[in-house]
Amino acid sequence: MTHSTLEAVSAARWRVAISLTIAMMATYFGFILLVAFNKPLLGTLLAPGLSLGMLLGALTIVVAWALTWIYIKWANTHYDTSIRGLRR
Amino acid sequence: MTSLGEPNVTAITFFVLFIALSLGITVWASRRTRTADHFYAAGRSVTALQNGLALAGDYMSAASFLGIAGLVTVSGFDGLIYSTGWLVGWPIVMFLIAEPLRNLGRYTFADVVATRLRQTPVRIAAAIGSLAVIAFYLIAQMVGAGNLIRLLFGLPYEAAVVIVGVVMLAYVLFGGMIATTWVQIVKAVLLLGGATLLAGLVLARFGFNPLALFDRASAMYGAGVLAPGRLVTDPIDAISLGLALMLGTAGLPHILMRFYTVRDAKTARTSVGYATAFIGFFYLLTFVLGFGAMVIVGRDAITKIDAGGNMAAPLLAAALGGPRFLGFIAAVAFATILAVVAGLTLSGAATLSHDLWVNVFRGAHADDREQLRVARVATVVLAAVSIVLGIAFKGQNVAYMVGLAFAIAASANFPALVLSIFWRRLTTAGAQISMIVGTASTVVLIYLSPAIQIDILHHASASFPLRNPGIVTIPLSFVVAIAVSLLRPVASEERRFMELERQLHMGVE
Repeated sequence: MTHSTLEAVSAARWRVAISLTIAMMATYFGFILLVAFNKPLLGTLLAPGLSLGMLLGALTIVVAWALTWIYIKWANTHYDTSIRGLRR
Repeated sequence: MTSLGEPNVTAITFFVLFIALSLGITVWASRRTRTADHFYAAGRSVTALQNGLALAGDYMSAASFLGIAGLVTVSGFDGLIYSTGWLVGWPIVMFLIAEPLRNLGRYTFADVVATRLRQTPVRIAAAIGSLAVIAFYLIAQMVGAGNLIRLLFGLPYEAAVVIVGVVMLAYVLFGGMIATTWVQIVKAVLLLGGATLLAGLVLARFGFNPLALFDRASAMYGAGVLAPGRLVTDPIDAISLGLALMLGTAGLPHILMRFYTVRDAKTARTSVGYATAFIGFFYLLTFVLGFGAMVIVGRDAITKIDAGGNMAAPLLAAALGGPRFLGFIAAVAFATILAVVAGLTLSGAATLSHDLWVNVFRGAHADDREQLRVARVATVVLAAVSIVLGIAFKGQNVAYMVGLAFAIAASANFPALVLSIFWRRLTTAGAQISMIVGTASTVVLIYLSPAIQIDILHHASASFPLRNPGIVTIPLSFVVAIAVSLLRPVASEERRFMELERQLHMGVE
């Protein structure tokens, strides 16, 4: 990794960023489309007081947290190391 | 019964304490505000955790605290659709915007777009979009402040608007970004702490099991409260709103400006992580608060006072902790508004003075003293304008304005910003026309939409069917930027992109 060029580091950084962006959009718009097209399904009770829709809505927030955590983890290790390598 | 709408001694005490503390911070900050770097960017000395809290304080408005809790109380599950929408823009900010912005710019997002393009046209177009976002957002906040403070403290609407305008002016004028940052941090801690305590008191009644709370709500109001209701009926409108919330977050001038207050791109990255954690946690809490108010206070008691349910959280506080806790939550709501309008005004001042005065009018030949002076004059002008507009819009339905601000941010600012970071062939004309088309098309389509034609002008129908135009205006703005740039390529601007690639990743060395 330390010998990679700026172009390679840049390409890797955008590959990760765009993949995570697509994952976030797919999660959120998936949730919204389910709300729009299949209301009865989301109203299904999984347990007393918990509908499928509420679980998926809360999971959307958890996914947002998870994706930002994955990005920070990746950037702090791989991306920062590559950038330090380029500076030398 | 509750003492809502009457002067509440505890509320006024907490409120005076907050004002005293924040003005104390302002005095302290004013001694440290000597250069434009201090005024706009807090001397780049804010830490990641501090900036994460300040971002949360800048973003979580009274609309999201009182409004979403109220929406959950009135429509149950549907409130969650908004909660998720307000959060999902933050990962996008982190993946695509925060670090390049910090590495390429100085004070405003226009710095990034203008880096390798011609300054004057780009900055004027960016200023139009930014000022439109700030104006609509500020009007919504000022009108909200007037109504809220009248309901909470029994103060006249006009007096409330003037107090908010003058206190906010004091923060920004004397303390600049340093005072604004600390006011936002204090507000975020108070809001997160207050909401956590309130949610804790609710859950304590249900054995700390949220499902028992939701189950009780469905026993009282029917299983419908746990299922999607009427909020999302048209899928295209829902996607359109979602796009505007998500991408608009990544185009809000007052949020983007905060990334310049930290030392480097890595700190900016970490600060978005904190902000996402805090804001997500807060929206989960509002869901509990909404259901708590529904069960403990009751829907009828809440909608009797405000049909939109906006008083759900304060009434819940009164029911659980008496007038003292109500007073505390009311003061927190007031602090919330102050922190948001201070951030908005500061970013407006940066647009007027840094983008328009210094870089367009003076051709970047202005010394530090002149920059500071112009920034402060701009702050006074903006505060005066926001007070006048706040009073002018008294009694009007401004619910569409926050949505409009997000739609313009997503359609005018976001496409130009992302393309200037990612796409080497973007030209000055492409960026400029895209920003103007993004702003104009959003304003026109909102005017033609049911939100104005039916809700406000009371016409029978609207010529544009969607309440939120994002699904049309965001792609339009991208297409315009790409088409104009490809039709008239500028080789020198493309070469400059290659030179800047190093700075994008490594900052200014």
